[in-house]
Amino acid sequence: MGEIDDKALEAYIRSAAVALGISLEDAWMPSIRANLAVSLRLANTVAEFELPDEAEPAPVFEA
Amino acid sequence: MEAFSTAAEIAEAVSPGRTSAIAVTEAAIARIEKHDGALNAFTTVTKERARAKARAVDAVRAAGQPLGPLAGVPFAVKNLFDVAGVPTLSGSKINRDRAPASSDSPLIERLEAAGAILLGALNMGEYAYDFTGENVHDGPSRNPHDTGRMTGGSSGGSGGSVAGGLVPLSLGSDTNGSIRVPSSFCGLFGLKPTYGRLTRARTFPFVASLDHLGPLARSTRDLALAYDAMQGPDAEDPVCTTRAPEPAVPTLGSGIGGLRIAVAGGYFERGASAEALSALATVAKALDANERIEIPEAARARAAAFIITTSEGAALHLDRLRTRAGDFDPATRDRLISGAMIPASLVTKAQKFRRWYREEVLKLFERYDAILAPATPMVAPRLGQQTMMLEGAEVPLRANIGIYTQPISFIGLPVACVPVPLQPLPIGVQIIAAPWREDIALRIAHHLEAAQVVKSPRPPL
Repeated sequence: MGEIDDKALEAYIRSAAVALGISLEDAWMPSIRANLAVSLRLANTVAEFELPDEAEPAPVFEA
Repeated sequence: MEAFSTAAEIAEAVSPGRTSAIAVTEAAIARIEKHDGALNAFTTVTKERARAKARAVDAVRAAGQPLGPLAGVPFAVKNLFDVAGVPTLSGSKINRDRAPASSDSPLIERLEAAGAILLGALNMGEYAYDFTGENVHDGPSRNPHDTGRMTGGSSGGSGGSVAGGLVPLSLGSDTNGSIRVPSSFCGLFGLKPTYGRLTRARTFPFVASLDHLGPLARSTRDLALAYDAMQGPDAEDPVCTTRAPEPAVPTLGSGIGGLRIAVAGGYFERGASAEALSALATVAKALDANERIEIPEAARARAAAFIITTSEGAALHLDRLRTRAGDFDPATRDRLISGAMIPASLVTKAQKFRRWYREEVLKLFERYDAILAPATPMVAPRLGQQTMMLEGAEVPLRANIGIYTQPISFIGLPVACVPVPLQPLPIGVQIIAAPWREDIALRIAHHLEAAQVVKSPRPPL
């Protein structure tokens, strides 16, 4: 996946904030956008690593 | 006792009555009063509680009863541990509104049962989402080796208090490196045990998938004494192991004969400063560790740890982000808000990758008993420093301090971090062992310490 441009990312952040019930101040946007751009880049380096459909996550929860 | 006496030396003097627990405690209080203004390690000093506990230890001895292995040893805890009567701050402004904790965390109870004496709670990066030890609410923890430099974080006060000789032992937490980074920057021994080894009950969490607790000290023996005292199951923490305690002290002096030790190359050398590489080479040479191995997909492991951290951290704090966003450190707030917005499908992918990576790394431990890697890419940066040089490029400092620690804690491997006393600033090396083999990591650390290859240097205080 390629990088998302700033405008698209900002639109996503504003929509996600509504969905999450978080009130954003405009002054926070550059920093949130920079953080999210890095996070999505890193997340996609993990997501593009091919694993079989049968691979299960490794949470430790035991009931 | 001398200010830089180890926990073992203190207990060995208190047990036969060569000195008293109250004398040791008063000396620690005096030292905190003298130096904490410069170090900013403590957020609460529990003087009266400490005095009462010390008198109780002395009374046990006076009655002719045996004392525990940490008799009279002062210690302090990162302020995310519950301390009865004190709000559990976790480095935040928001938590100041919490009711005081009604009881101590079990690790404090276990250390006190061994005779240790709690002196207080320690400064830390806000909500443990930090590698620097800086804190906008309480001011930065300061490095005793140079008070213009970072202690490392997030267990900043846990590093500064022990390196500065205020206490011989502290407890910290490590989600991505928060015990190992301050150990490296402050020149300390640190133990991040196997994920699930020590109970996390009654501590303020950060990332349930990755949170660990452990000790920092100025000697391997002190780490092992504290670690042994804290082991044991605890139904209050669903992740805590039901394995019986496996004490490390009995085998500490067994040497390294028969141990197969390799050095992590590739990812773990890229971006390392000359100091980090020199420290690693010194330790590898002393252990005759000549083989270089590649930990597969370490960069992706670090990325996956980063994603799980930011999204689980965001989930933990979501209500506070909704109602009190203005009361966070802005840097923490913006990272957590960003973390809340990562699609769940990408987080699940990171958890799936974690399983794959664990299986691959465990294969390495069929051939090796321990793997060496740098703890941090650099010695302690200056307070306020925002960027660093990594592979010739200027990159943000904060996130990159943990590049060598994150791929290891990601799968919960135990690590003893050992200090190489370079001048003018020390730096740490990670001794990484297979799950549940803290004993091996500590044996190697002890061997290096006995050979004077690693040592906790004394600061110019």
